[in-house]
Amino acid sequence: MSASLDPSLNAAPGSVLSARNAFTVALLAIIALFPVYSTLTGDTFVLTLFTRVLILAIGAVSLNLIMGYGGMVSFGHAAYLGIGGYAVGILAKEGIDTGLVQWPVAIAVSALYALVVGALSLRTRGVYFIMITLAFAQMIYYVAIGLDRYGGDDGLTIYKRSQFGGVIDLNNKTLFYYLCFALLLASIYLISRLVNSRFGLVIRGVRSNERRMSAIGFPAFRYKLVCFVIAGAMCGLAGALLANHTNFISPAMMHWTRSGDLIVMVVLGGLGSLFGPLIGAVTFLLLEEGLSRLTEYPDLILGPVLLLVAIYVHGGIEGLLQGRRRG
Amino acid sequence: MLYFIEQCLNGAQLGMLLFLLAAGLTLVFGIMDLVNLAHGSLYMLGAYFAATFAALTGSFVLALVLAVVGSFIAGMVLEVVAIRPLYGRDHLDHVLGTFGLLLFFNELVRLVWGPAGMTLALPPEMLTAVQIIPGIHYPAYRLVIILATLAVAALLYAVVMRTRLGMLIRAGASNREMVGALGINIKLLYTLVFGLGAALAGFAGVMQAPILTVQIGMGENILILAFVVIIIGGIGSIRGAFVAAIIVGLIDTVGRAFLPDVLHLTLSTNAAQTLGPALSSMSIYMLMAAILVFRPEGLFPAASR
Repeated sequence: MSASLDPSLNAAPGSVLSARNAFTVALLAIIALFPVYSTLTGDTFVLTLFTRVLILAIGAVSLNLIMGYGGMVSFGHAAYLGIGGYAVGILAKEGIDTGLVQWPVAIAVSALYALVVGALSLRTRGVYFIMITLAFAQMIYYVAIGLDRYGGDDGLTIYKRSQFGGVIDLNNKTLFYYLCFALLLASIYLISRLVNSRFGLVIRGVRSNERRMSAIGFPAFRYKLVCFVIAGAMCGLAGALLANHTNFISPAMMHWTRSGDLIVMVVLGGLGSLFGPLIGAVTFLLLEEGLSRLTEYPDLILGPVLLLVAIYVHGGIEGLLQGRRRG
Repeated sequence: MLYFIEQCLNGAQLGMLLFLLAAGLTLVFGIMDLVNLAHGSLYMLGAYFAATFAALTGSFVLALVLAVVGSFIAGMVLEVVAIRPLYGRDHLDHVLGTFGLLLFFNELVRLVWGPAGMTLALPPEMLTAVQIIPGIHYPAYRLVIILATLAVAALLYAVVMRTRLGMLIRAGASNREMVGALGINIKLLYTLVFGLGAALAGFAGVMQAPILTVQIGMGENILILAFVVIIIGGIGSIRGAFVAAIIVGLIDTVGRAFLPDVLHLTLSTNAAQTLGPALSSMSIYMLMAAILVFRPEGLFPAASR
């Protein structure tokens, strides 16, 4: 069908020992072993940093679904981080601290918001879509600032992490880390099943040529909307995790530069590749951390690096590992 | 009633500033097909230039002129060094690249001018209030903003519609290959247009500087408002940007001023106090959503220019 138009459809699984697969496996192994390192050395900094990396990677994975596979460049993805986080924070403040309520609410409200925003903004495409998603996210940001009862501009401290009836204790750093890791792997698995299903083929077909897909009878708008809602719900979960990780929610969680960070992670890692967002999240956050230790002005280096990536690197780090380069 | 007129004037003033930003954005988008997130950085640079030149020369007007020229030059240098390779690329590459530029400029300003903000003092004769209609006093400087931006808008209209450069700009927007084939230096044209957009943004930054503090990131929130203006007005249309900017400026200002009171009439005090600030900041986005439902292309789609 449209296979020849879309590079990501042609990307063969490749041999098991390709450089790219070896790199991914090594990365996953290192991530899995951090808690062991932490327990042995007592250095919890790495664990805290990487918990954050894993959570934001879930957000990036969800953004990759709509941006990489669906071709919808959303500049408002951090709104879901905020909505998920605020769902946990507001419920906790009102005395409902069980995660069995908090997390489903976080996911459901994010999905609902995605449904409304998607229904409105998917009527447009291209630059309009970028700007509109950005504008709606900014609206949610201002709504959060207006919520005086929940801290307004200053944010809200969460005194008790989500409770799971004493079975899972999120205060246990190692346990929380592995929970995030498991949820990340689960979302990557979900995406892989999704994009290789009939639904995923339609979505990728729409990205290649929406008019043609409509002409052969697929309701492109509805497919895109469902895809948009799935990504929003997934990122809402990441928001719930983030609120539990920092014990704090504030409008800054969904500042528009955070949406930009998520886009950077996806593009840096490799658009439309399964593990690309994880690789991008690790690279971006380590780069940020490293540069801010190296110099007082990290963005003076980070900014031009992003520009150079935009100009010269095609397919992100995943693409480089495969030897793909922009001609 | 007097308060209402005053708020309307404030709204018009915000609208005019938004227009200056939106005009540059929409010109650059219409002609070079470029999404520029770093446009707000040029607004910020304009304000910082003005504050610096004002401190050096002691004259507000001189600082204004120098800052606009500075923004114009900064814009052209930026275009040649960083923006050129992005032409013809995917919009996602534009977003990524100009997002990087925005981070760079924020940090550069912090390096050069320090993390603390600056202030731009007004000449004393502008600090007075003018009686515009019997009984209504309005700050002279805010009137100056409205009039000056109106003059700039008229000038822009004259340049685009009545000069050879403007003819090339309009021709470049409808068919850039043809303009190039007719022997026009399209690269130079792009650089000039980008510089023009930068100068407009810089001018907006200077005008706004005495009212707010000059600080890092000052261009970001207003840039998103300018995006809303462009969405409502229709991308690529300067006329649309003008109309939408006034609408957005009025609704935002008047909404913030009166919506909490209106809510007080219908809801309990408690609910009104909670909802008021949240709802009033949502008003323009609601407007945007409504426009999208009825006219996804905006009020003045570029095709019908």
